[in-house]
Amino acid sequence: MAAETLFDKIWSQHIVYQESPDKAALIYIDRHYIHEVTSPQAFEGLRQAGRRVRRPDLTLAVMDHNVPTSDRSLPIHDEIARRQMEQLAINCREFDVPLFDLHHPDQGIVHIIGPEMGFTQPGMTIVCGDSHTSTHGAFGAWAFGIGTSEVEHVLATQTLWQSRPKTMEVRFVGQRPPGTTAKDMILALIRQIGVAGATGYVIEYTGDAVSKLSMEERMTLCNMSIEAGARAGMISPDETTIAYLASRPYTPKGAALEETRQRWLALATDPGAQFDRVVEVDISQLAPMVTWGTNPEMSAPITERVPDPADEPDPVRREMMKKALQYMGLTPGTPLSEIPIQRVFIGSCTNGRLEDLERAARVIQGHHVAPGVRAMAVPGSGRVKRAAEEKGLDRIFREAGFEWREPGCSMCLGMNEDILAPGERSASTSNRNFEGRQGRGGRTHLVSPEMAAAAAITGHLTDVRSLSSEVLQ
Amino acid sequence: MKEFVRHTGLVAPLNRSNVDTDQIIPKQFLKRIERTGFGQFLFFDWRFDDDGHPRPDFILNQPPYNTATILLAGANFGCGSSREHAPWALADFGFRAIIAPSFADIFYNNCFENGLLPVILPDEAVSRLFQLAEKEPVTLTIDLEAGTIREAQGRFSSEFEVNPERRQKLLKGLDSIGETLLHEEAIAAYENTHHLVSLPSL
Repeated sequence: MAAETLFDKIWSQHIVYQESPDKAALIYIDRHYIHEVTSPQAFEGLRQAGRRVRRPDLTLAVMDHNVPTSDRSLPIHDEIARRQMEQLAINCREFDVPLFDLHHPDQGIVHIIGPEMGFTQPGMTIVCGDSHTSTHGAFGAWAFGIGTSEVEHVLATQTLWQSRPKTMEVRFVGQRPPGTTAKDMILALIRQIGVAGATGYVIEYTGDAVSKLSMEERMTLCNMSIEAGARAGMISPDETTIAYLASRPYTPKGAALEETRQRWLALATDPGAQFDRVVEVDISQLAPMVTWGTNPEMSAPITERVPDPADEPDPVRREMMKKALQYMGLTPGTPLSEIPIQRVFIGSCTNGRLEDLERAARVIQGHHVAPGVRAMAVPGSGRVKRAAEEKGLDRIFREAGFEWREPGCSMCLGMNEDILAPGERSASTSNRNFEGRQGRGGRTHLVSPEMAAAAAITGHLTDVRSLSSEVLQ
Repeated sequence: MKEFVRHTGLVAPLNRSNVDTDQIIPKQFLKRIERTGFGQFLFFDWRFDDDGHPRPDFILNQPPYNTATILLAGANFGCGSSREHAPWALADFGFRAIIAPSFADIFYNNCFENGLLPVILPDEAVSRLFQLAEKEPVTLTIDLEAGTIREAQGRFSSEFEVNPERRQKLLKGLDSIGETLLHEEAIAAYENTHHLVSLPSL
């Protein structure tokens, strides 16, 4: 049999119907995650057409996007957000869909709950009305974001029409230097290929540096695939995948796990399998990355300076850089490490897992947030929060002057009250630095959890590798 | 769904690349549970200043462009968030088609679900259109059936392609769920022959 990629295998295993190989295929969906913001109109569509949810048992609803991250025993101030959450609860009751509501102990960000509960498994097709669904690809699943009409389509039919995407191997070459993270790897890739560099492709991440990543780091990597325009990002299952899944509440155990394990490992890309395109990213000289502009490709190593549009030969790009720097309020030539920040956000589906909080906590332990900086740590889920508290991380964050908050998407997209004021500047572990993303007029610098922690302590963007010397001075 | 066969309308040039869906409709307007009424929030932060007054320098605030039905934009239009509120806002504002050198995948899919035609033209053709449309108001006729675009005074014409299945769907304004359910037997057969992992009841 011809050598196949992980994607090839999942694709062929999920075709329900295809008239001919050049036509779109009807693809079966193994998991459908839904949340309060992109589902109400889909349920309304079902209701109007008198349709039911075909497979509630393969569907999971979560409240995450606009939930408050402050005290949950208090009433929700935002009337419209409350209505949207209530509507999700009504829809789930009416259509029999399981729901993690605001008060469920395991509530959290859908892309964190799915994997940590063991709902996300290798070889699955997974969709959600959210572009960061690519996160689940870390498990060797084909996971992608869809719009609300497609949410309705999946609810009604448990399938989607898909044209076969092209495949791209992103091969990380070299060893990841100390002090750098999966976040820096993905930001470096997006800087190299651009925000539309992978449009139309499903990415598979390969290379020794990827194999050595933990599952939580792999999720960070796959999470931001969409920021390069990719349809999905994925990593072949290996022993790291199996070890993570073995300890999850809803995965097979004992003899069943042994049988499943073989099936999962067999999904890995075969030696010699062909991709439509191969991109190499050399990370041997990788440094902590920070964005300076208004999309995720506008980034640079923290050791560099704010770039000068005058040095950009392409007129269209030059204009974009000018606009971005104007919005960001930055002057070309300023060392990135001298940019002051007023807000710090550690959390999101990109970097809101336990390891992220642990790594940030190691940086801030024994230090205090700089005067004039407001810093928030928002665990990605109830489980992450409890595990962090068992390890005493909440104390470290609080003693350092961080707010320790309830789980949710929070300031990543600022649908709740966690937003930047106009002109405020954040070091954020989230995934998008678009204009106004974290609040109208807000200025976002994307960084890793370590870098966000370092910025919180010094009050400016800071190379975490040199932090110890700086704070000792 | 509203069908799209042929449309003649005024072009609004928005010469920016990588216009993300956060710009098309900012998150504070995603809390509605209806599908309609999003047009008033389209490009909100670009259209309105901090006090909510229209910014006179933004194209869609300038007559006659406030009545444009065809949007001309730069590459990678609609990147970022999957929110279908973006095409809902564009359609609700009155747009029927968007012309750009490239689109982000999810946004592109979402357009077809809402009777909004995304037209991909080569960079060079888009540049020529910008030159025309930024000088004076330009009216185009987009014919999906024929796969052609023509400027009213004959100063621009081009052909374009759309995936045949999607084209058919737009031409007829078909409901995709109804179409898919014609394959009910195949779906049921798939479910009977594959091991599906049900979620626990919570």
